[in-house]
Amino acid sequence: MAGRFGWPARLAPRPGESPRDGGDGGDANENRAFGPNQRSTELPIVKLMDLSASFVVDRAGLDRLLGAMTARGYRTIGPVVRDGAVVQRQVSSTDELPQGWHDEQAPGHYRLHHDDDPSLFAWAVGPGSPKSEFYPARSLVWRASSADEVVTLEQPQEDSTPVALIGPRPCELAGLRVLDRVFAGGEVPDPHYRDRRASSFVVVAECGTPAGTCFCTSMGTGPGVADGVEVGYDLALTELKSSNEPQYLVRVGSERGAEVVEEMGGSPAAPADFAARDAVLDEAARRIERKLDASNVRQLLADNLGHPRWDDVASRCLACGNCTLVCPTCFCGGVSDATTVGGVVERHRQWNSCFDLAHSLVHTGPVRATTWSRYRQWLTHKLSTWHDQFGTSGCVGCGRCITWCPVGIDITAEVAAIAASDGAVPVYIESGGDRS
Amino acid sequence: MCMDAMLLTEVEPLLNPLTPVTYRVVARHVETGDVVTLSLEPTSGPSPFSFKPGQFNMLTSFGVGEVAISISSAPGAPGPVEHTVRDVGAITHSLCTAAVGSVVGVRGPFGTDWGVDGFDDKDVVIVAGGIGLAPLRGAISYLVDKPGRTGRVYVLVGAREPDQITFPDDLKRWERDGAVVKVTVDVPDSRWWGAIGVVTTLLPTIDFDPARTVALVCGPEIMMRFTVRGLVDLGVALASIRVSLERNMQCGIGWCGHCQLGPLLICRDGPVFDYSAALEKLISERER
Ligand SMILES: Cc1cc2nc3c(=O)[nH]c(=O)nc-3n(C[C@H](O)[C@H](O)[C@H](O)COP(=O)(O)OP(=O)(O)OC[C@H]3O[C@@H](n4cnc5c(N)ncnc54)[C@H](O)[C@@H]3O)c2cc1C
Ligand code: FES
Repeated sequence: MAGRFGWPARLAPRPGESPRDGGDGGDANENRAFGPNQRSTELPIVKLMDLSASFVVDRAGLDRLLGAMTARGYRTIGPVVRDGAVVQRQVSSTDELPQGWHDEQAPGHYRLHHDDDPSLFAWAVGPGSPKSEFYPARSLVWRASSADEVVTLEQPQEDSTPVALIGPRPCELAGLRVLDRVFAGGEVPDPHYRDRRASSFVVVAECGTPAGTCFCTSMGTGPGVADGVEVGYDLALTELKSSNEPQYLVRVGSERGAEVVEEMGGSPAAPADFAARDAVLDEAARRIERKLDASNVRQLLADNLGHPRWDDVASRCLACGNCTLVCPTCFCGGVSDATTVGGVVERHRQWNSCFDLAHSLVHTGPVRATTWSRYRQWLTHKLSTWHDQFGTSGCVGCGRCITWCPVGIDITAEVAAIAASDGAVPVYIESGGDRS
Repeated sequence: MCMDAMLLTEVEPLLNPLTPVTYRVVARHVETGDVVTLSLEPTSGPSPFSFKPGQFNMLTSFGVGEVAISISSAPGAPGPVEHTVRDVGAITHSLCTAAVGSVVGVRGPFGTDWGVDGFDDKDVVIVAGGIGLAPLRGAISYLVDKPGRTGRVYVLVGAREPDQITFPDDLKRWERDGAVVKVTVDVPDSRWWGAIGVVTTLLPTIDFDPARTVALVCGPEIMMRFTVRGLVDLGVALASIRVSLERNMQCGIGWCGHCQLGPLLICRDGPVFDYSAALEKLISERER
């Protein structure tokens, strides 16, 4: 089925890469113990152009950006404050953005407060992520009706309105690049995900105000984004504080971005603007105290499946699955059928969590029956076996799983505890395990 | 306007990969008390998809759900494609009781296969426990019927009780056509005159050349581990042993994450794997 759907240009592997490795900071050419067939895919031609022009705009420029995207038929999705959290909703004006809102995040803790700061982006990521724009939490897969022993299947008409993501953070863009490998980089791509992703327009907002739970600097995903078409944004914003109203440095990452930026007004960026950006990013990086040693975590976890720390964390973990729901890369899902009163059958697809007992159910019972093995599955998948499966880490360092854990379990602390006594206990081999 | 031309022409898929094709049950054969073989034909359109023994389909019982079921007929065999289902829960029960003429959904075929074309000059030792014979049935028929093969075929089957021996007609047919077929049960009844004990006890009773043997094994994971140990003790190379693994599956195409076993996505990288020390470790680790 490899060539059946083709590759959208933005998600395509670059020359010399196979779809499942290389690029996006993933692992290049690694040897995999159980490697699937690596197939090369036809490569679309990425046209290069001079994207070096950068601009500085004010808030009115952002409003012109929203107008330009709306005029082009995009649904503009940006940050707003709802129910005490920064979340993503459709926005049509910068008046709707979280001006003056700031967050306070710690393990198991999230609070917003407001002041008269004119900044629009002085907060860190909330519980939502762009994942749900491309992979909805629940969607109808098909509807089947039957008459006279004939079953007729209907697929829902996909909403083809493209989305413009206004203000996802660099870690969220990195999260999308991870999901791209899962849903658009395999042998059978998800056409809904792939089409929506390929048609999306991304205005990434660099991060000047990381939260207490962030560790993007450890995962190489923030607080800034590099220049270049391969990074995956159309435009990159940096909110620069100035004496009164904030200014926005706008860098261009694609031809579509270059076209739109012309409608934003503003003036060409000066060296001083880049210096101001450096200062914002340096200050952000300095404020990120949480660390995860990503250099050997893949092997560390693979070697420590029997570590006593798993017992310790299992005694705290509620197996609620919050971490998997807020995670921008967790992709597990399942299907369920329901029959309506008229006898019409509908199959829905929805997010699932590996913390759910039913996730590993086979007819003799769940394979991962304990919280011990389910937490271990989640953490080892995210930081270790994700590399084997998709050629990249599954963690982008956004810290959501720490903030939104009701008991404040901290992924970085769990990894550090295992690293501190690497090899503490050998893997326990059970003699049973009958799953006939 | 925002998609480039390449997308518009190549993309429009007729079917979402999660949408099944409708097939009609054209025959239903009860193998044992709780195991039923369904013969399926597309409700319209061309003859069935092509597949290789060991691959599986996702079968939908409309309104109940979808499960992974191996194709149990041989590729190229005349007639409809067959699936053999053991009634263990809601979805498999609904499939097992599907009436002739009713419609089911089929997606597939998915996954890796036994590679039966690769070893014409090899002896093939097939070891199956319980319903594990279903994914091997097509491979056995194919090997037994393939002209020009020089190696022998050994079929070793373990069942819990005599009336749970699946495919009794096929076992007789394979023996008649040249295979060595041996069956053992864990718990005999008053009419059982055959071997008693776990399937590994059959291994020393067959006369095969371990140096030119390929072994295909399917059953509960513990049974597969002990069978591999028995084969290795008799001199079969680890790399010449293949097993088929099973996990919960919600998609069959690498999207749902349910079929993970450590680094593996069983639907994508399996279900048939070359045995190795690394695989042994994976299926031995507690609750992996
Ligand atoms: C690659 C593969 C090939 C298989 N081939 C066959 C075959 O040829 N014949 C046969 O009888 N069975 C086969 N199975 C097992 C079969 O899929 C399960 O017995 C079946 O899913 C049980 O579903 P249920 O709803 O009847 O049972 P329940 O226990 O009610 O299942 C509830 C849910 O759990 C899931 N589930 C339960 N057990 C399994 C399982 N073992 N594997 C995957 N999902 C499971 C189902 O998706 C279902 O939604 C195969 C499994 C796999 C992975
Ligand atoms: S069955 Fe869904 S990923 Fe394998």
